[in-house]
Amino acid sequence: MNKPLLGLVLGTILGAFDGLTAWFTPAVRNALLGIVIGSTIKGLIAGVLIGFFARKVNSLALGILFGLGVGLLLAFAVAAMQPGPDHYYFAIMLPGGIVGTIIGYATQRFGERPQTLAR
Amino acid sequence: MTRFLSDSALERLREAADSPDLTGTRYRLVDKLGQGGMGGVYCVEDTELERRVALKVISGPDPDGIGTVRLLQEARIIARLEHPGIVPVHDAGVLPDGRPYYTMKLVQGKRLDEHVESVASLSDRLRLFLRICDPVAFAHAYGVLHRDLKPANIMIGPFGEVLVMDWGLSKVFGPSPEKDAPIDQADAGPSTENRSLTAHGSVVGTPGYMSPEQTRGDASLDQRSDIYSLGAILQFLISTGNAEAIAKPLSAIRGRAMAEDPEARYQTVSELSTDLAHFLDGLAVSAYPEGPMVRAWRWVLRNRTWILLLLAYILTRTLLIFFRPR
Repeated sequence: MNKPLLGLVLGTILGAFDGLTAWFTPAVRNALLGIVIGSTIKGLIAGVLIGFFARKVNSLALGILFGLGVGLLLAFAVAAMQPGPDHYYFAIMLPGGIVGTIIGYATQRFGERPQTLAR
Repeated sequence: MTRFLSDSALERLREAADSPDLTGTRYRLVDKLGQGGMGGVYCVEDTELERRVALKVISGPDPDGIGTVRLLQEARIIARLEHPGIVPVHDAGVLPDGRPYYTMKLVQGKRLDEHVESVASLSDRLRLFLRICDPVAFAHAYGVLHRDLKPANIMIGPFGEVLVMDWGLSKVFGPSPEKDAPIDQADAGPSTENRSLTAHGSVVGTPGYMSPEQTRGDASLDQRSDIYSLGAILQFLISTGNAEAIAKPLSAIRGRAMAEDPEARYQTVSELSTDLAHFLDGLAVSAYPEGPMVRAWRWVLRNRTWILLLLAYILTRTLLIFFRPR
């Protein structure tokens, strides 16, 4: 599996799982489906971005840092879009950052690098 | 006459007499590099290609011709073993003084026994050992036993290249994969004769690195004899200047390579190197059976980053559920 595809698959799964954890918050349980869909799309976008980065840059430290950054940035955007006075920046960004870190680590450690052709 | 000559003068005379006569050849003598049991090795300049090479020639008289046969066999064997870890032979022939010779790449570097002190980390030493295994495994695949593997016969080049040297005691033990030119039949005369040079119980090798069967003079040596020698080299690399306690799996690998009974040893060099590579990667090794708890702990250690990241995520989520921001 190539790195962008690995990032996409992992991001989608982790995003969906992250969205499902909203079930533990009774106040938002009614909107669970929307949250899961939104979180899955967020994870998918983060996974693809981090996967492409891993294909270009071969560094575990930079991969993790980039994953953390992308995770935090997308989670920030989601928090900023929350209606109402409370945006729950901390509650949304912290797990988002960890998910990005996990994808960054996984795409650096695993996934196939494109073959270079000798001419 | 000797009464009028000092020992050093006598030594110089002997060296002059042993020096190869390169008159009329493309080579020019530069320096003597070393002296082995069979022959001397000289640094010579190849005047046609304008480069320095090493020239090996029999030293002293060879009335029964055994030295000549051995030298030619050594050259032929090395010439067929084309591997980055084996010094390439460039040329072979007979000098004007009637002695056979062959030239090979001039290797500049350090012997393993001199180099080892500069390799502080055990894992680097073990990786070095794995690179020694490669040319030996290659030679075995071509049916050639080295029979004198020891740190003094391993050279480490200036760019870290590992070369297995001195194939003077090598022996053909199995069929060569090159069907059209098997090593022991390529030149029927000397090679066929040569099998008998070392096949009737003569003991050749270096004590401490020779396998028990080689020490006994067994004629039916196979690759497991070289595996014993590799085990002894591994022992040397592990123990030299290393005060750390040796890990049990590593000790078991060494023990299996150096088992008294060839049947109890690794049967091929690749089995040995695979086990050692597993040890370096933190995996289980075949020489050291482990219980389920040790295996589980090894798995946790190998996947600790994954486990820590997932635990961090689960912990964060759990804390956010129980201590929800109001």
